[in-house]
Amino acid sequence: MSAYDDWVIEAETKGLKISEVILQNQMEELEQSEQVLFQRMKTNLKVMRESVEAGLTSKRRSLSGLVGGDAEKVEERRKRGESLIGDHMSGAIAKALAVAEVNACMGKIVAAPTAGSCGVIPAVFFTIEEARHVSERELLLALFTAAGLGIIIAERASVSGAEGGCQAEIGSAAAMAAAAAVELAGGSPRQTADAAAIAMKSMLGLVCDPVAGLVEVPCVKRNATGATIALVAAEMALSGVKSAIPIDEVIDAMGNIGKQMPCSLKETAQGGLAVTPTGRRIQVDFL
Amino acid sequence: MSKSNVFDLLGPIMVGPSSSHTAGAVRLGAMARRILGEEPIQGTIFLHGSFAKTGKGHGTHLALVAGLLGMAPDDERIPTSHMIAKERGLNLSFQTADLGDVHPNTVKFDLLGKNGGHVVVVGSSIGGGSIVIREINDFHVELRGDYPTLVILHQDLPGVVAQVTLLLATAQINIARMLVSREKRGAQALMILETDQKIDDTGLDSMRKLPRIYQVLAIGPL
Repeated sequence: MSAYDDWVIEAETKGLKISEVILQNQMEELEQSEQVLFQRMKTNLKVMRESVEAGLTSKRRSLSGLVGGDAEKVEERRKRGESLIGDHMSGAIAKALAVAEVNACMGKIVAAPTAGSCGVIPAVFFTIEEARHVSERELLLALFTAAGLGIIIAERASVSGAEGGCQAEIGSAAAMAAAAAVELAGGSPRQTADAAAIAMKSMLGLVCDPVAGLVEVPCVKRNATGATIALVAAEMALSGVKSAIPIDEVIDAMGNIGKQMPCSLKETAQGGLAVTPTGRRIQVDFL
Repeated sequence: MSKSNVFDLLGPIMVGPSSSHTAGAVRLGAMARRILGEEPIQGTIFLHGSFAKTGKGHGTHLALVAGLLGMAPDDERIPTSHMIAKERGLNLSFQTADLGDVHPNTVKFDLLGKNGGHVVVVGSSIGGGSIVIREINDFHVELRGDYPTLVILHQDLPGVVAQVTLLLATAQINIARMLVSREKRGAQALMILETDQKIDDTGLDSMRKLPRIYQVLAIGPL
């Protein structure tokens, strides 16, 4: 079984960034040059950027009418300088809502790792781009860090809500974003692992209970909370806070919790929020 | 399951909201179009299980039509596919159906092409945008659209498979997966070959001229 820790040790031994180790690994796995892989990742970054921009200004509503326009509300308040929790945090919330709303409204996004969790990683990346001076190359490398951790999660547990609940989707996205955020902010490979572990631990047990089975309620707002958890976890790890449970064991725990979760709470819309009186009413009204 | 790579975890680039109910649905439509092998002009789409229940909110109907029109999962015209279908003279109707013990995200297409071709295709969206075609005209198949694929209708007789594989071998085309099924002994049979290399038009022509071969369809990877 692959372990993120192996990559951390390799990066430490060779004095490389974790992303550089993952990039090397993927060049071998996919039998492609660094240039080709970078070009493909560049396309992902471009679509992510466009989806943030589209969502911050869009007036579109989702097919059910439940979702749309919230990213703009948060962004407007931020622009007025009224944010309660700080400019960057508010920015992250607005960006995550933006991408998740674009997705719900049938706009173009990058699944990261899934469509339902597509807002977390772009929100964290472009928030750090605003906060710090980072080059495009650094952003692209950090996407390899995020995706590399995702490979480990997919192999040891799951990134599908139907298999592991929301912890496998937004939880995985938050862990991937947290690891990348640490690298972007200049943290060590070990700190990327700690940030990922802290983020995922904060999401353990989260069920997938979408109202009417749609990728809307509560998915869109969970993208925003997932992005902030990623940033909180990165801040702790960058300060030197360690995770008592190592990332690979946290991933295994997530996988096990997912297996123990009843089917009704894994993307079937038969439990949780989906079966509340309001959830049921929305389902009846819409379908 | 084969090991995933960075682009499985960041990607696909797609029109939302759901990889299985939207992106997968586009790919199912696109595969059905390729199997028909011509521009569809009329069709009935039967939605099963979760596709029937939550399809509306996921744009599954729009996505299936987009695929039938030849669009890819990242095509931003997907939300307007019904209008585009109308403009192109493609008449479609949707029905809810119980297709039996199949994956919850399953669809059946009954399609008519502009040159008179007719095909019935059943396929499922199995997660993350991946799909599998399960049935073509009552034949059980397993088609994922990730390889160049040959769908060959032929007579069930000794040596028919061998002459096809010999032709591929001569053309240096390697077979990745192969499936043969038949209606009954000696009757019509279907051969599905997923190959590492694409067969060229000359190769296809020679294959069509082989005895006891009724129809050869080459489907490019999605």
